[in-house]
Amino acid sequence: MLYDIFYSLPIALSSFFCLTAMLLGAFLPKNRSNIVMPFATIGLAIVFTFAALLWGRNGTAFNSMITTGMYPSFFDMLFSASGILVMIAARPYLQRMNWEFDEFYILVLFAVSGMILMAHANHLLIAFIGIEVMSISFYVLSAYMRNHILSVESGLKYFLLGAFSTGFLLYGMALVYGATGGKMEYSAIRAAVSYGAQMPSLLLAGTGLIIIGLSFKVSAFPFHVWSPDVYQGAPTIVTAFMSTGGKVAAFAAFIQLANALIPNGGPDSTKITYLLAILSAASMLYGNIAACAQQNVKRLLAYSSIAQAGYMMIGIVAGTGRGTSGIMFYLAAYLFTQIGAFIIVSALEHEYGKQLEFSDYAGLAKRHPLLAGVMSLFMFSLLGLPPFAIFFGKYYLFTAAIEAGYTWLALVGILASLISAYFYLGLIVAMYFRSHETGEIHAAQPGMSGVTIAIAVAGVILLGLVPSAVLRITGVLM
Amino acid sequence: MLLATLFAPLVGALALLLVSRDAKKALKYTSLTVSVVAFLFGLATLLSFDHANPNMQMLTMQGWIPSLDAGFRIGVDGMSVLFIFLTALTMPVVILAGFDSIKSQEKEFYVLILLLEFGVIGIFAALDTFLFYVFFELILIPMYFLIGVWGGERKTFAAIKFFIYTMFGSLVMLIGLIWLGYYVEQTTGHFTTNLLLLREIAPTIPLDTQKWMFFAFMLAFCIKVPLFPVHTWLPDVQSESPLVGTVVVGAVLFKIGIYGLIRFGLEMFPQSSFEYAKVMCALGAAAVIYGAMLAIVQTDIRRLASFALVSSLGTMVMGVFSMTPEGVQGAIIQTFNHGLSVTGLFLCLGMLTERRGTTLLADYGGIAKVMPVFAVLFAISLFSLVGLPGLNGFVGEYLLLLGTFRSPFLNNWTFGILGATTGIFVAIYMLKLYNDICFGGFKNDESASMSDLTTKELAMLLPATILMIWIGIYPSTFMRFSEESTKALVGKLEIAKFGKTNYTEALKKLHKAPAAQSEAHEAHKEH
Repeated sequence: MLYDIFYSLPIALSSFFCLTAMLLGAFLPKNRSNIVMPFATIGLAIVFTFAALLWGRNGTAFNSMITTGMYPSFFDMLFSASGILVMIAARPYLQRMNWEFDEFYILVLFAVSGMILMAHANHLLIAFIGIEVMSISFYVLSAYMRNHILSVESGLKYFLLGAFSTGFLLYGMALVYGATGGKMEYSAIRAAVSYGAQMPSLLLAGTGLIIIGLSFKVSAFPFHVWSPDVYQGAPTIVTAFMSTGGKVAAFAAFIQLANALIPNGGPDSTKITYLLAILSAASMLYGNIAACAQQNVKRLLAYSSIAQAGYMMIGIVAGTGRGTSGIMFYLAAYLFTQIGAFIIVSALEHEYGKQLEFSDYAGLAKRHPLLAGVMSLFMFSLLGLPPFAIFFGKYYLFTAAIEAGYTWLALVGILASLISAYFYLGLIVAMYFRSHETGEIHAAQPGMSGVTIAIAVAGVILLGLVPSAVLRITGVLM
Repeated sequence: MLLATLFAPLVGALALLLVSRDAKKALKYTSLTVSVVAFLFGLATLLSFDHANPNMQMLTMQGWIPSLDAGFRIGVDGMSVLFIFLTALTMPVVILAGFDSIKSQEKEFYVLILLLEFGVIGIFAALDTFLFYVFFELILIPMYFLIGVWGGERKTFAAIKFFIYTMFGSLVMLIGLIWLGYYVEQTTGHFTTNLLLLREIAPTIPLDTQKWMFFAFMLAFCIKVPLFPVHTWLPDVQSESPLVGTVVVGAVLFKIGIYGLIRFGLEMFPQSSFEYAKVMCALGAAAVIYGAMLAIVQTDIRRLASFALVSSLGTMVMGVFSMTPEGVQGAIIQTFNHGLSVTGLFLCLGMLTERRGTTLLADYGGIAKVMPVFAVLFAISLFSLVGLPGLNGFVGEYLLLLGTFRSPFLNNWTFGILGATTGIFVAIYMLKLYNDICFGGFKNDESASMSDLTTKELAMLLPATILMIWIGIYPSTFMRFSEESTKALVGKLEIAKFGKTNYTEALKKLHKAPAAQSEAHEAHKEH
């Protein structure tokens, strides 16, 4: 028992910090955020440290309910890093909006602990609990600015659709449980599927439903419909968190589940993989084409994140070691790039929902040369230009796709990247080539969020220049 | 030396970031110094290059991403060393040209120009397909900003058109690169991006597979050249770029295309190269005639010059795909020449338009009277493009056409004859251009008050002019650098096609790639 707790310290610690933070919030007198926010940040830093320390302790704990070791540690570090980055940047943002409460930080902590549970899951139930803890925190966070109608709308929309998709997920899990003869643990499911399930059609239906549920969480086409509205309406800082940490966590669960449900050589593997390939191609194309029509930067980044989910799914489609290590690298690269981009958007947002249009970004290069330069760097990374982080992820995933015989998928990916050049460059065009025309200009006040931006820039450049550091990690895992 | 040439601009660009935005003089002179230092390193590289050796030289092999076998591998052969030298020579001139013409956001400009230099030199030096691709895409960013920030009226359109055009080509090439690495993985057991190794294995790929890889690469480089019919970005970019942008595109960027055709076309995929040599030459011939026809009817100086560029690039592509030593050598030296002449020509045109602010031919005339020195230097650049004997253009063009006529691969005189028409066309539009600008009466009163060249402008034009005359009189100073490697290349091609060759001596000097040897050795040990 002690042994189990020791190996799953990231889970235990993150849950512990959630609860203590909540108690702190309840009993402290005024100015609670001043204490809760540093407490939460330090808590996540401790989780990060323990995740790093437990590196290499591969195995399972709690009767194979959770996995420990490299794979979850890698994701634990990403989640706690994204939580820390978001919280540092959230302070100046929330203070500017006059809406800073300690609950915000507590909810972020809860979401992170849900994500950590998802990465550790080795059991359908654990995965489900993790997904729910994370999602419910997100529903509340989206509606956090309850004095703004857009935020409330976003929270409600997310909640209704999210609950609906959870139904699919749970139903799918139940069918898989039945079809495999009562198996809930991943390795047992994998073995059962490989040998041929007792009721193959139920298994197929269950797998399909689980894929639908997870595709909703990663916002892949055609289950993406919620994401532009939710991302636009939610407070920018929350969007930054949802679109990075949330997506990475969903993929952390997706990779493991896909590994269990669609083993190579399983009876329906090729069929399902082909379906996933179509979802991936459609996400890439749809996300990028729809993004071309956007004038709102938050919506643009939302559509681009649909496309990014499509690229990442290439790794799941390939299903090889290279595919999985490629997707993990891609997730790390995407996390830094997307957080950086959204934090810049949040720093420029003067009032809630204002200064988010392309026209507000016109001439930014003259007003804030540094912010504009860094924003272009993130755009170039999202576009997949070397030597920035995401380029390398794309390169690796395309390699994996060609290796797995999905050359057409790599070609679609290339076509989609080409389309995406239009709007990523469009933002740069606005910032550099146009000058501000009408309306008053509010100077940006990055404040402490500058720290987050600086870390994100360092991440994007370092991952691009020395990808082997992370690849060595992800490569070992496979 | 090669490393120093490559990294000097990058170090300079990073150093410039620290200089204050308002210290304009410091920005200007630091970047000029950096580019001159890079040029000196480039010169030292050229001088220390052993031109009797057809192999890659000055190799640096460093591991980078072990899982892909991608490495920081650089080195030069006779062709790339010349191109690196020319790039390093052009950049100080470009920066000098920017001193007056760039009046806003100077800091960004100088940083980007130095980054561009880093990228271009990197392209020529890279011996690793991954590294090559990184450099190939890296230059898009500075080019995009150069056109978009400092360009003319329709700059945004031109910048995006350029970016999407080139990015399309390079993404298709990316698939080609990955596919090639994957093919090697199937035969040798591990994925690689080592160019030296790929060069050994790629020619053995069966034609059915090889031709698709060949197409992927050729598309990217034909867009870069640009070759008819994917040349349409060039006129827009040339007419909307700032002066320095036109010089960079005209003198530096298209070299990358020609370089790629030779390095990744002829060297990697010989079978596909002879299979499709006629197609490529036909496109080249079409470009020659089509570009020339359009150049003749242009009324705008910059558009005229850019169609002239399309036309003469056609002959170079024909030279490359004639696959004779004369043709390939001609293409290399002509690329070098062209870089010089085009720099001269565009600088002259830029000086004119900066004095007057118009690019329409109809606004000039009679300028030789008020600007005699300008008229002379302008004439030299122009006649070098026309191919007047005694200037550099003649040497290159003569070799190119000779190669196309004699080519055993094409085995057809038609291409040579079509290519030779360039001599007539180029004389028509270039002489017309010169006549309209320099002779006749003043068509516009402002022309009378134009001042002759300043010392700085002279300093910009002189290096290129001196080299034009030098190459025209004694071309072997430069041609000997690439002679051996070209002979070895053609020797390999002839053996692959006919089973015999006249260039066995060069081939003998060629040894197997060191990396390939060690790789084979390892594979041997494993078994």
